[in-house]
Amino acid sequence: MSIRVGAAAQAPPFPTAAKSAIEDTQLRQNVRHATDVIRAKRAMLVAEKQDWQQLRTAASRIKEHTMRHLGSYLVQFEESCVRAGGKVYWAADADEANRMITGIIQSHGVTEVIKVKTMTSDETQLNAALESSGITPYETDLADLIVQLGADHPSHIVVPALHKNRMQIRRIFLEKMHLETLGHEPKDLAEAARRYLREKFLRVPIGISGANFAIAENGSVCIVESEGNARMCLTLPKVLISLIGIEKVIPRFRDLEVFLQILARSATGERMSPYSSIWSGVSNDDGPREFHVVLLDNGRTKVLSDETARQTLHCIRCGACLNACPVYRQTGGHAYGSIYSGPIGAILTPQLQSMQHSQTLPFASSLCGACYEVCPVKINIPEVLVHLRGKVVDQGDSPVAEKVAMKTAAFALAGPKRLEAAQTFARLAQTPFLSDGVMKSLPGMLAGWSSVRDLMPVPSQSFRDWWRQRK
Amino acid sequence: MKISLFITCYNDTLFPETGKAVVRVLERLGHSVEFRAEQTCCGQMHLNTGYRKEALPLMRRLVEVFETADVICSPSSSCVAMIREHYAQLANEAGSAALCDRVQSLIPRVLEFTELLVDKLGVTETGAFYPHKVTYHPSCHSLRTLCLGDKPIRLLKAVRGLRYVELPQADQCCGFGGTFSIKNPDVSAAMLADKMQAVASTGAEVCAACDNSCLMHIYGGLHRQRQPVRVAHIAEILASEEPK
Repeated sequence: MSIRVGAAAQAPPFPTAAKSAIEDTQLRQNVRHATDVIRAKRAMLVAEKQDWQQLRTAASRIKEHTMRHLGSYLVQFEESCVRAGGKVYWAADADEANRMITGIIQSHGVTEVIKVKTMTSDETQLNAALESSGITPYETDLADLIVQLGADHPSHIVVPALHKNRMQIRRIFLEKMHLETLGHEPKDLAEAARRYLREKFLRVPIGISGANFAIAENGSVCIVESEGNARMCLTLPKVLISLIGIEKVIPRFRDLEVFLQILARSATGERMSPYSSIWSGVSNDDGPREFHVVLLDNGRTKVLSDETARQTLHCIRCGACLNACPVYRQTGGHAYGSIYSGPIGAILTPQLQSMQHSQTLPFASSLCGACYEVCPVKINIPEVLVHLRGKVVDQGDSPVAEKVAMKTAAFALAGPKRLEAAQTFARLAQTPFLSDGVMKSLPGMLAGWSSVRDLMPVPSQSFRDWWRQRK
Repeated sequence: MKISLFITCYNDTLFPETGKAVVRVLERLGHSVEFRAEQTCCGQMHLNTGYRKEALPLMRRLVEVFETADVICSPSSSCVAMIREHYAQLANEAGSAALCDRVQSLIPRVLEFTELLVDKLGVTETGAFYPHKVTYHPSCHSLRTLCLGDKPIRLLKAVRGLRYVELPQADQCCGFGGTFSIKNPDVSAAMLADKMQAVASTGAEVCAACDNSCLMHIYGGLHRQRQPVRVAHIAEILASEEPK
């Protein structure tokens, strides 16, 4: 098995990556601006829904039910999809999925594919696998195109190029599309992308997509998007391949009613996505003549086996938690070292990798709870973060100094006598660090803290001592 | 009413004035306060950092100490949130049905200080006098776990002489997060910088909160930058009286 989430296993620890992100003031400005805009739009549209909390509960229940019966719904999806003329493949890991997709493309003797925005393909590093087999993938989602042309990485689940501003994008287009002139207005950039992409849509015979939802009862696949470029990829090529994480299945067509109401509002602050494409298998007179579905596990069944953490798989990739997260706001997405960034990335990436990599991610949160508050499927991200922190500690992967500090604190807090002794000790031990009545420079683990913050001293009398004397 | 004070370990050690203020306010309102000296810590720091095994005995002690107390008050949203959000699961993991029952009986008896005042005692007018311009930082636990809403603000607005000013982007975390600020000092500092800017923009003399942990963090940044804003736990504001 080669379970991986892009190159997350090789990414630097979060605090290290975050430090360089924070030093990039342009990046932070772009991230702030973009997340502020989406947050405000989302808040407005959520406020107008009287039944928002009921919708969240319904969505959460549907997902919970589906995960409990995932095996049977997947088999049902396969049967329905095959009945509608599709072909279904089961991929245990990233490499197997990439081999299957490459095989299908090669069997048609084709060397170019167009792609709908799909994070699952970033997870398996499909583009690199295709390129090494002599196949050129073209990203057609505007933001993914910017990322691909700029040899960059996505930094947001919904808005992959959120870290770039208009001027930066203009420079990428000028250079990579070999343009002589290009205006500065959004419409100029959109026009350049349109010309570049239309040619691909009309020429390239195979399309690759992910999925927002795969419907078990009729084998339909659903993709929502804003640009219409996905619709082009889904309808123009002769062959369509959809790479779908197994958690994307939902039982019934009518369940979409719930998800389509919450997804666009949470993701882009729209009442409805401009394009919702739903297709079932193939039809003889319209759209692709061949439809292949690759169902991807890549660590998901392992996540499913953890009762507290399995809610991670309920995620519908709306990105609302990223926009709400005060940590993401400071660092942007790249610091998370994974296609899945922000709070959801902090719990998903380490779990997919069986807690063997990315172990600083569960600690990349102040547990403020803003993510849980906005999550349209009510994933209790802080609960899962704390649960995963427990796993990191139980595996013995926490820093030695921290272990010592925690054991010492546990010892000191085991009874009031010990606590009082510790209070007395702290009063004495702080003396060498005091200057102007506060501590301005602390050693070891606390050095980072005191680099920009003063620490109040431990006062001469504890509360319990005061209480005793008062009596 | 007899109210048992859960001071919390860090208030006991670092912020005794907050504990004294809680006692003063409750006694002024005609209630009696007891302090059970066997108490230590709720286990929040250990649990949130992943040290569940170490958190468990601390929870057991707290459950034991307050077994016979009818009303327990704590001037710390995050410690009350720890009890309300995590104790049931922690007891469940310990595999003891008896402990689960005792935790279930404890949870509704523990109230955060402003919750106790507004919900349980039905008080917003505490007889305080505090002639200062004050802004209020709703800590994440008070805002999202305990859902204190405007209770602390109503208490502050009822204080004579106090001029309340609203904090912009109040719902943004200050970046403390317990060991988060130690493990991710740079991100935490960037979050703190935003919070300090928001506090400074109000022109307030004092920034209040229901959590001394956040205030310690905000104070740390403000003091380093020599900003003239002070911090105060809400209990200390409600405890202050007009000089006679």
